[in-house]
Amino acid sequence: MTGFGHNTSPSVDLSSYRDQHFKGSRAEQERLLRNTTTIYVGNLSFYTTEEQIYELFSKCGDVKRIVMGLDKYKKTPCGFCFVEYYLREDGENCMRYINGTRLDDRIVRTDWDAGFVEGRQYGRGKSGGQVRDEYRTDYDGGRGGYGKLMQQKVGGPVQDIAVFRS
Amino acid sequence: MSRRRPHDDDDGYERAHRKRRRVSENQEIEDRLESLILRVGEKSTASLESNLEGLASVLEADLASFKAKILRILTECAIKMPEKCTIYTTLVGLLNAKNYNFGGEFVEHMVKNFKDSLKTCRWNAARYSLRFLADLVNCHVIAATSLITLLDLMVDVAKEEGVPNVRKDWFVYSVLSALPWVGRELYEKKESQLEMLLVKIEVFLNKRSKKHHTALRVWSQDTPHPQEEYLDCLWAQVRKLRQDNWVEKHIPRPYLAFDSILCEALQHNLPTILPPPHDPNYEYPMPWVVFRMFDYTDCPEGPILPGAHSIERFLIEEHLHQILEVNHLERKDCASALLNFPYKSKIPLDYSIVEIIFAELFHMPTPRYLEICYGSILIELCKLQPSTMPQVLAQATEILFMRIDTMNVTCFDRFVAWFSYHLSNFQFRWSWDDWDFCLQLDLEHPRPKFVKEVLQKALRLSYFQRIKEIMPEIYEPLLPSKPEPDYKYTHDNAASLPGTTAAHSLVVAVRQKCSPEEVLNVLQDLPNPRQEADADGEGGFNPLKIDVFVQTLLNLGSKSFSHSFAAIGKFHFVFKTLAESEEAQICILRNLFSLWQNHQQMICVLIDKMLKLQIIECSAVANWIFSREMQSEFTKTYIWEVLHLTIKKMNKHVTRLQRELSDARDKMRRHDSDSESEDDRKRRREDHDDKDKPTEEVVERMEEKLEAAQADQKNLFLIIFQRFIMILSEHLVRCDTDNKDFNTFWYKWTIGRLQQVFLTHHEQVQKYSSTLETLLFTQDLDSHIMDVFHQFTSLKA
Repeated sequence: MTGFGHNTSPSVDLSSYRDQHFKGSRAEQERLLRNTTTIYVGNLSFYTTEEQIYELFSKCGDVKRIVMGLDKYKKTPCGFCFVEYYLREDGENCMRYINGTRLDDRIVRTDWDAGFVEGRQYGRGKSGGQVRDEYRTDYDGGRGGYGKLMQQKVGGPVQDIAVFRS
Repeated sequence: MSRRRPHDDDDGYERAHRKRRRVSENQEIEDRLESLILRVGEKSTASLESNLEGLASVLEADLASFKAKILRILTECAIKMPEKCTIYTTLVGLLNAKNYNFGGEFVEHMVKNFKDSLKTCRWNAARYSLRFLADLVNCHVIAATSLITLLDLMVDVAKEEGVPNVRKDWFVYSVLSALPWVGRELYEKKESQLEMLLVKIEVFLNKRSKKHHTALRVWSQDTPHPQEEYLDCLWAQVRKLRQDNWVEKHIPRPYLAFDSILCEALQHNLPTILPPPHDPNYEYPMPWVVFRMFDYTDCPEGPILPGAHSIERFLIEEHLHQILEVNHLERKDCASALLNFPYKSKIPLDYSIVEIIFAELFHMPTPRYLEICYGSILIELCKLQPSTMPQVLAQATEILFMRIDTMNVTCFDRFVAWFSYHLSNFQFRWSWDDWDFCLQLDLEHPRPKFVKEVLQKALRLSYFQRIKEIMPEIYEPLLPSKPEPDYKYTHDNAASLPGTTAAHSLVVAVRQKCSPEEVLNVLQDLPNPRQEADADGEGGFNPLKIDVFVQTLLNLGSKSFSHSFAAIGKFHFVFKTLAESEEAQICILRNLFSLWQNHQQMICVLIDKMLKLQIIECSAVANWIFSREMQSEFTKTYIWEVLHLTIKKMNKHVTRLQRELSDARDKMRRHDSDSESEDDRKRRREDHDDKDKPTEEVVERMEEKLEAAQADQKNLFLIIFQRFIMILSEHLVRCDTDNKDFNTFWYKWTIGRLQQVFLTHHEQVQKYSSTLETLLFTQDLDSHIMDVFHQFTSLKA
């Protein structure tokens, strides 16, 4: 039951994620998060296009710009993006009505972002993509298959013949 | 109700600490009281009656210390939790029985709230307050005589002259919507006065004009379900209730259990409450048409869906709409609150929920909330009730599809948007084979057109190959084209085109990161095919230069929206240089279309960007849409998406300038005011509003800017409406001459689009109503066109 004396709206609250690379204090980051009009979108397929993102996210308001998340080395989409609106309210509606629904057949996750800064469009995983794709052990066809670490450990032929010698 | 943060300083600490302890103790008790009051009626191990009894005793004990707080909470509950009306009236009844003075104070408080909400145009709050006051008669708190006097005064507003119809309508509506609660009691105690009240209402309803009815209907036909005007529908429901001697079976009445206590209580009389007179600033709620898509035959075995004219249907629907209103910001809570509807065993709940959600989605002129709010709530409902809800939704979709030929254009668009969005969350799985009969119809018929437009929208949310794969082969004529650019300068026949050499040079130059000036150099020697037509240098433009530049640049940027935006941004100067006049801007649009006609989304997005960068004016877009060259596209939805985004941009611009001007004027006034209080000064400093007050000159310039923008806005609407009138009149005259039926698909789509402009932007168009009437919508026009105009003006009449 929603009591009217309490103005909580869980969908719109900040998550527990804080950008470790953020230049500034925690308090500053939180202040930005509470006022930002930029949304982080995660769990995208590598093949999801800017056009698809535009179409869905425009349903919450006019999109100012979209910045696709890219693999640091390959410069190809690596499964996340930033959607910037003009108005905070549009970002709130995004958190209410798009977060947890599907885009390109995948459930997408949206969260507030302190604001796009050059460099933040690149994955921070060692292999160039997102960190989560480094350590993932499940197979995800839309995100390059197995996680990078697993691919290295498990995939491919034996390099050192000594493995077969007793 | 926030707690004050503990101080860090130590001065006078002990005394302050003691006081704070007392204050925070009081705060705790108040919080607890509030919580108890808010929660009464929720699921509990004890019965509602014993909870009410217990709560009444607790509150009675606390009346001495917390009266003001209790009064405030109770009155807020009355307004913010209207679905619990009878629970709170019972509580007030019990308190009144224990403490007559408190009862009197509560009534006073409630009456004040009621009057305030009328004066501040909070219409729902006022209606719920009136209903609450009416129900208090059932609890022996208010005397029936004084209530019926109030209801009479409310209905007398219907006799006022020179006031908007919507005002009279609302006052009658609020009285009618209170009658289900108190009708029985009034019938028993004041039958003849009740009858007289109803006669007054009937007389009014028979006289009132309902021109707006046609504009606000979702379907133009009344089969299978009549689309009733809201007051007509409620009147029919109340008449039936009266026929049943005012016995209704939906509203829970906890006060019945306390009858022996309550009937011992003394009643209060309401003071005379005069409805505040009409003020030109008052905005009344718009009328609406009751949306019906189901009747009991659509539902499977089980509880019966109450008939359209039963009061139960009204009560259930209002209750469900209220649940949606309270929870619409949290879609998961909303879905579960809807599914936990208190009387769900009595009705086919899934059907009722789906019907009211579509009622809101299709509400005319505009839905209450974002379309995606409803779409995402429906998805949540399917998740929570996977064994039944998806089937009901599929059945609803079938029904809507079968009746789509009489659906108005605005709702058609919303249905397309909803269905494509919904499918995109369920892998586009649908029984397409069941619908393939629609391909036997003219492809402009709403049914195949619906599928075509859904596939276009679905394409935007996925990709071409996917759409091709999900559709049975027979749907090939309705498939969207592959969204690729069509660049003529690399076609086989390109060698024969006048601009090809320049185009190829331009490609090379742009790839080498040339400057805007260098681009102009590349285009410099292109001949102007318009030389013979226009001798004047000024206002002249070179369509060949525009052709080569626009198509080449946009083709180079065709990889993604970002690429195109970057390209347009970098060569903004070239656009501005080549196309100053409106005609030149239309030339840009033609070339954009030529390149991107297979990618509707790209066209919309690029036009939006060019408007934003002021490369093209709104009027150019409007004239382009109605031009001969665009006739083949005229009935496609994306064209109207372009027109509406253009109008919205203009509206936003005007609204922003209005706000800036009024802010500046406020600032000037605040600085000028001698009586600026200490608080104001402090606030000003805190807001960093300490700049010099805006000068007269600055404000004057703002006024000029606003005037210019409003002139542009008016001009835009004039262009659009004039063009509509021209093409529609032409069509009607031609059909008349050729003795053909004018009611072609083209005509139906086009007159629907005209209606859509009026309704979607009615607030802004209102401002120019009289100009439109004088200049464009004159009596000599065909009646079909004039009807649309009159329906629009009747919305706020």
